[in-house]
Amino acid sequence: MAHARIVALDAGGALDRPGVVAVYTAADLDLPPVPAGMPGIPESMFRPVLAQDVVRFVGEPVAVVLTEERYQGEDAAEAVFVDYEPLPTVVDPETALAGGTLLFPDHGTNVATDFREPLDEHFFDDCEVVVRQRVINQRVAPCPLEVRSGMASWGADGRLTQWLSTQAPHSAKDALAGLFALAADQVRVIAPDVGGGFGAKIGPYPEDLVVAWSARAQGRPVRWTETRSESMLGLVHGRGQIQDIAIGGNRDGQVLAYRIDVLQDAGAYPAVGAYLPMLTKLMAPGTYAIPKVSASACAVVTNTTSIGAYRGAGRPEATAAIERAMDLFAAEIGADPAQVRRQNLVSKDFFPYTTATGFTYDIGDYMGALDLALEASDYAGLRAEQARRRAEGGPCQMGIGVSTYVEITNGLPDAGEFAVVEVLPTGTARVYTGSSPHGQGHVTAWSMLASEQLGIPMEDIEVVANDTDLVASGGGTMGSRSLQAGGLAVHEASMTLVDEARQLAAELLEANPDDVVLDKIEGRFHVAGTPAVARSWAEVASAAEERGGLRVEHKSSPSGPTFPFGAHVAVVEVDTETGQARLRRLVAVDDAGTILNPLLAEGQRHGGLAQGVAQALLEEVRYDADGNPVTSNLADYAMISATELPSFELVSMATPTPVNALGAKGIGESGTIGSTPAVQSAVVDAVAHLGVRHIDMPASPQRVWQVLQDSASHKGSE
Amino acid sequence: MNVSMHVNGERREYDVEPRTLLVHYLRDVVGLTGTNIGCDTSSCGACTVLVGGESVKSCTMLAVQADGCQITTIEGLADGDQMHPMQEAFREHHGLQCGYCTPGMVMAAVSLLVEHPDPTETEVREGLEGNLCRCTGYHNIVKAVLAAAQTPLASAV
Amino acid sequence: MIPAAFDYRRAQSVDEAVGLLTEHGEDAKLLAGGHSLLPLMKLRLAAPSVLVDIGRLSDLSYVRANGDTVAIGALTRHRDLEISSVLHEHVPLLAHVAGQVGDPQVRHRGTIGGSLAHGDPASDLPAACLALGATFTMVGPQGEREIEAADFFQGFLETALGPDEVLTEIRVPKADGAGWSFQKFNRRAQDWAIVGVAAVAGSRPGIGLVNMGSVPLRATAVEAALAAGASASEAAAHAADGLDPPEDLNASPEYRRHLVRVLVRRALEEAGAA
Repeated sequence: MAHARIVALDAGGALDRPGVVAVYTAADLDLPPVPAGMPGIPESMFRPVLAQDVVRFVGEPVAVVLTEERYQGEDAAEAVFVDYEPLPTVVDPETALAGGTLLFPDHGTNVATDFREPLDEHFFDDCEVVVRQRVINQRVAPCPLEVRSGMASWGADGRLTQWLSTQAPHSAKDALAGLFALAADQVRVIAPDVGGGFGAKIGPYPEDLVVAWSARAQGRPVRWTETRSESMLGLVHGRGQIQDIAIGGNRDGQVLAYRIDVLQDAGAYPAVGAYLPMLTKLMAPGTYAIPKVSASACAVVTNTTSIGAYRGAGRPEATAAIERAMDLFAAEIGADPAQVRRQNLVSKDFFPYTTATGFTYDIGDYMGALDLALEASDYAGLRAEQARRRAEGGPCQMGIGVSTYVEITNGLPDAGEFAVVEVLPTGTARVYTGSSPHGQGHVTAWSMLASEQLGIPMEDIEVVANDTDLVASGGGTMGSRSLQAGGLAVHEASMTLVDEARQLAAELLEANPDDVVLDKIEGRFHVAGTPAVARSWAEVASAAEERGGLRVEHKSSPSGPTFPFGAHVAVVEVDTETGQARLRRLVAVDDAGTILNPLLAEGQRHGGLAQGVAQALLEEVRYDADGNPVTSNLADYAMISATELPSFELVSMATPTPVNALGAKGIGESGTIGSTPAVQSAVVDAVAHLGVRHIDMPASPQRVWQVLQDSASHKGSE
Repeated sequence: MNVSMHVNGERREYDVEPRTLLVHYLRDVVGLTGTNIGCDTSSCGACTVLVGGESVKSCTMLAVQADGCQITTIEGLADGDQMHPMQEAFREHHGLQCGYCTPGMVMAAVSLLVEHPDPTETEVREGLEGNLCRCTGYHNIVKAVLAAAQTPLASAV
Repeated sequence: MIPAAFDYRRAQSVDEAVGLLTEHGEDAKLLAGGHSLLPLMKLRLAAPSVLVDIGRLSDLSYVRANGDTVAIGALTRHRDLEISSVLHEHVPLLAHVAGQVGDPQVRHRGTIGGSLAHGDPASDLPAACLALGATFTMVGPQGEREIEAADFFQGFLETALGPDEVLTEIRVPKADGAGWSFQKFNRRAQDWAIVGVAAVAGSRPGIGLVNMGSVPLRATAVEAALAAGASASEAAAHAADGLDPPEDLNASPEYRRHLVRVLVRRALEEAGAA
């Protein structure tokens, strides 16, 4: 049930089933609701750890059944009967905004966050042309291959150890400590190999809290692994915006004004998803120097799964909207979409650049990125091929989509990250990082950074992460922050360590510290000019032992976020008889500043591109009118596979950022942000000559076919 | 009931419920946790193992159906410290990030090369249609499999 | 994720399987490759209390040319059909369709008999068998009987196979040199067809439809038009006549009707069937 009152819950039958240890409901747990963790969300909208009196989305847990063995659980759960009194269901955000049915009657409205701005009625007065469009940025599911899983164990000393599939073990630790009123050192969270997160595993979920509570209540370790079907309902979803865009300018191609109105679906219990439209607002103008930008947003609750910070988190939505707007504007004035972009991009000479919405972009060369992408894709050749196919009039038509994007990385208030670098008497090094790698390759990357400063080979450097007992603090890995915050911390700590070691080496060499250098190739300290008399790292570290060792603890403090940017070109083929769109090529320029490890950076781009393409062409979480999810497994939810994707064409571009010593921005989300609009644009472009101006995502065969039907009948009636 | 099979060359015999899925038998009973579970609709392929040298989704097979069979899991590919050529290709070409889909992907790829020793890119993508990955965008997985195809013994188990 | 508990019996012969089915009645289901049944059981959409495993009856796995037909054992796996040289020579449509079912892992386990007995209108092989005018052999307590594919699929997931019968053989007429085509329209390669069309030309033309109704269907209106001399596109215009296609996530009935017309036309053109 998507929205119902719990009239009665009968677990009696379950208690008799084999292996059942206990059945708990909200009445048994003495736990407060989970804070939303975002400013401005009222307490009345906090999510209870288990549904209490009312369920507000399909998938909200109402009871937990503990069994000795895994197989017994599903049998026993079938014997838990819940008597529901249905309440009216609200699935559509506009209906939620109208407020006929309230999810939280005490709150008096379904609005969770409100960033609305009125629109000046004269906003577009100076524009020769104004184009308006409603755009749907549809709800998608992050689908990490590993679903949520964890185990909690309480020691005799009252200490909680919890293993969690999480991107942020320290945040989980803080949440658990707070919940159980424990001192910070009474909780240990370990994130073992985590099978993907994509922003969906940032905070501990209520289920994780229930696991910890159950373990304490039972005095035995408790573990939980959800099924994929449960995960499709219980793991946060992404995106979910209804956008009304309006773009105005002159017929010569200059854009003068842009307005976006965002209605964000927050899901039933608002969390970070309710806040993302603020980022959409701030990133609204994208790469363009638009004189007047007005952005308005609010988030409403609906009887659906909560929306979270899925890869891109507010920025893909902004980019998709402005890129749609640019294409529509270009179509209206009959200009080439690449040309219109070039005409309106912020010039590279104007950085740092403060946008009309108040963000200051650090450094960018948007025209350079666009030119690179157009050249690498042979844009002129593609247009010629397209013209030829249109002239031939065959059923398989070609579309070309161009996008330019800029996005914000490391944008959280605490932009720094924690690291410890130490060298042991063995001459090997150990790095402790507060980042939380789960496939990003931080062990390799941080080893590279430390090795570069220390002159110790990478294979002699160990990187420790993901255990709050071993790493004192950390922000976790999300928001494309790890290199510019975490890597920076390792880099800086390593440099400081070299300085300290040099001081000690000078003592050992009986020399002036200013005269002592570190030979990074040999890994030895010597007086400049006298390499034969040296002290190895092992010797220096051994000497340091009685003084507490060679060890630096450090938190980086970058001055602020960075703004990676790029341009993508997508080539699709649309079978105009069936509406089926196939991606043939994806050319991507992604500038994230100085690249530390090309292989790792490319991997991040590939993964992001695939998810971006998936949103444009395939994936969508759907609910029926009663709030029942209809895409809640991997057979029904069209999670993208290898057969829908080509190999990607990555173009290198690296404009170092002045924001940090590494010159590095984040790259984790760029691929997703640039590719979605490029592919959507390409599908529209493929059938633009048939009178089509817009197709919503995903551009499924039926949707494309329907648009073609509507366009043909519209023409026919003229 | 009693179920026995050869897993990575070693005979294993246990008493299990008939409804025990092969993937749970391998993970929870035999104790080989390299094979992963990613879905419940036979869609993702993370659970792929070899049964008689052919790729099978071990979540869609009962342990009792595999009674008497030769099973190869990801743990059975390497020869001591020496990685199997397919594993080596995945490592070299960065064909994994979080690594969760990887055991199933590698097993499916090994089986693919048995049946298509010199595949085109399209044949690799189609051959991996039953294996989902979220991290890599498949780009480097395809590269790894194509590279492995040029390596001797890449389809040997 | 976990099936409900059941008793497991392994049949050493078809007769033993029939005996076990008779003994346990409606509570028992046959298990072959398990790739239709186990997914349902894992989601608890099916919960038989007895599974009769016939997966080891290797005598039922064969592809044999036999006069002017090809005989296929019901337990022949999709993979074996895909690579069968006998099928490639005599009934290439069937080899190709078997190679389109699911994904390689599914094809290593799933059997043609299992697919036919399940009778899902969204499955590929039933449509191909309809197009080819296949005959099915079933064995029950009363002995052996045969049925035409056209009469086999009787309702949604309901076939002529009795609860105490085992499908043992599929026979298809040879179609050496006959044009053929299989149009499988789906989102992702591993997906079920949104709509599919199996067509064979030659002396015994036939067209089978995937996912255009509650049962696997023959495109009788198209076949009639072809017999009356229509061209491919003329005949294809009738592809949706009299049909009530389902509505689901991927397609409305209207879109399915449109798709089947396009796909039938393409199938007929590729098969050279007009």
